[in-house]
Amino acid sequence: MSLTANDVKKIAHLARLGIDQQQIEHYAQDLSNLLDLMTQMGQRDTQGVAPMAHPLDQVQRLRPDVVSETDQRQNFQTIAPQTEAGLYLVPKVIE
Amino acid sequence: MHTLTLSQLAAGLRSQQFSSVELTQTFLKRIAQHQNLNAFVTVSEKLALQQASQADQQLASGNSSALTGIPIAQKDIFCTQGIKTSCGSKMLDNFIAPYNATVVEKFNAAGAVMLGKLNMDEFAMGSSNETSFYGPSLNPWATDCVPGGSSGGSAVAVAARLAPAVTGTDTGGSIRQPAALCGITGLKPTYGRVSRYGMIAYASSLDQGGPMARSAEDAALLMQVMAGFDPKDSTSVEQAVPDYSATLNDSLQGLKIGLPKQFFSADLDSNMAAAVQAAIAEYQKLGAEIVEVSMPTLDMAIPAYYVIASAECSSNLSRYDGVRFGYRCQNPADLTDLYTRSRGEAFGAEVKRRILMGTYALSAGYYDAYYLKAQQVRRLISDDFKRALSEVDVLMGPVTPGPAFRIGEKSGDPIQMYLSDIYTIAINLAGLPALSLPAGFIDGKPVGLQVIGNYFSEAKLLNIGHQYQQVTDWHQQQPHGFE
Repeated sequence: MSLTANDVKKIAHLARLGIDQQQIEHYAQDLSNLLDLMTQMGQRDTQGVAPMAHPLDQVQRLRPDVVSETDQRQNFQTIAPQTEAGLYLVPKVIE
Repeated sequence: MHTLTLSQLAAGLRSQQFSSVELTQTFLKRIAQHQNLNAFVTVSEKLALQQASQADQQLASGNSSALTGIPIAQKDIFCTQGIKTSCGSKMLDNFIAPYNATVVEKFNAAGAVMLGKLNMDEFAMGSSNETSFYGPSLNPWATDCVPGGSSGGSAVAVAARLAPAVTGTDTGGSIRQPAALCGITGLKPTYGRVSRYGMIAYASSLDQGGPMARSAEDAALLMQVMAGFDPKDSTSVEQAVPDYSATLNDSLQGLKIGLPKQFFSADLDSNMAAAVQAAIAEYQKLGAEIVEVSMPTLDMAIPAYYVIASAECSSNLSRYDGVRFGYRCQNPADLTDLYTRSRGEAFGAEVKRRILMGTYALSAGYYDAYYLKAQQVRRLISDDFKRALSEVDVLMGPVTPGPAFRIGEKSGDPIQMYLSDIYTIAINLAGLPALSLPAGFIDGKPVGLQVIGNYFSEAKLLNIGHQYQQVTDWHQQQPHGFE
């Protein structure tokens, strides 16, 4: 299994992850090697094996629907890159 | 003071041989003296001295617990309110956590003093501490070598006596491997035993926090504070916490130890095999019985792990978007540019590799071949462990393929680096607890023995570790220059 530079660009876009142009070939090679490693799993027959998502096969615990959090907007916004009037600022989305 | 065990420190504090402030100052001084080891990302001197002085008051009033006034340090993956929590990444270099992780709250409630935050691989992705934004921490046994990872700074701090005991986290071996490479004791608890609330997520179905200390006895005292149900962590398990110190002295007569034959194949380095065999011989002297077991799917652990961990990482790390906290790029042209460049500029190469890998494995058309397949293989591996642990009490084997490797030796080849976790990774897939114990030296560098137990058998593992440490002195060896 090998990935091309174009594949890497596509995956990087899906992940919204900036990759240096000069590094793309390098990532393509690394990821291709990793995929070779992962493809080894194909040697094992897993027909009918239930996928394991959680080590203890736990189910999600439920709790009463009551308010447990206090309003900490100001506290949280002190660590934000850019805020104004209690809002998080990002570049204009709609022209 | 820096050579005493936790119980000795606690006794010294109680009998007023020294105060918590004096004890804290001793360790702060050692941290400053050995800055070149790069074990700490942040030293929280002011907070530590405040906490120490409070602890002294508690000790004077007689209202204290086992760890009151004892300095510890936290892996920089645990959120600490008001103190930088970087997770070893440029992304969080400016992140002051607005709340405490449950583990941090528990140590605060126990009256422990926090010396600072420990260096680690970026977002816990690495086996050498070399992916840290702050540069690698150095192994005190050989400073041209890595300490292991991802909890590298944690292991270095304990080995160099910069802190009596610390926390770590283990997603694929990140407590056990650095513990082994630095000659200390590390326990990876059962998944769900220690709260993950406020512990920055890498691969949520594998991540687990645990203690790293100089001995099993000290690890038991830490574990007592860390373990327990937490309603804030939806995967925390509601189960009573035993007294981990109470059973340390239980006899090992009749203990059935399984040796997975896949751990002792021809690939195992002969020096490593000899160290592990010598440790097992000690257990035979203590009355244990040895049985060979087979775990045929173990060789699939690395591919399954890297699919699952990468998939979970790509999902967990999508929260770092440059909007609400963390790094933001300069002058973003539009929203996509803001996301893409903030992430591209702030994540290191290994984190990027895993995000790309995970995104690919989860993308349309590849999900079944990689992610679903890995989850099925995970089941087979877990079944292997279940079968083996129905025949024996614990499993034993090496922690690593060999001693600490040189800085830079494996950093250019991700697969070589991944293979250094070959003996630890399967345990996380199964969610089992495992202990790493110092078990000898190869070329003057420590190596470890791994003891794997059944779910929630931490007390038994610590008992098994403690009994070994009563008849051996590997755990008491100290690196030259740090005595």
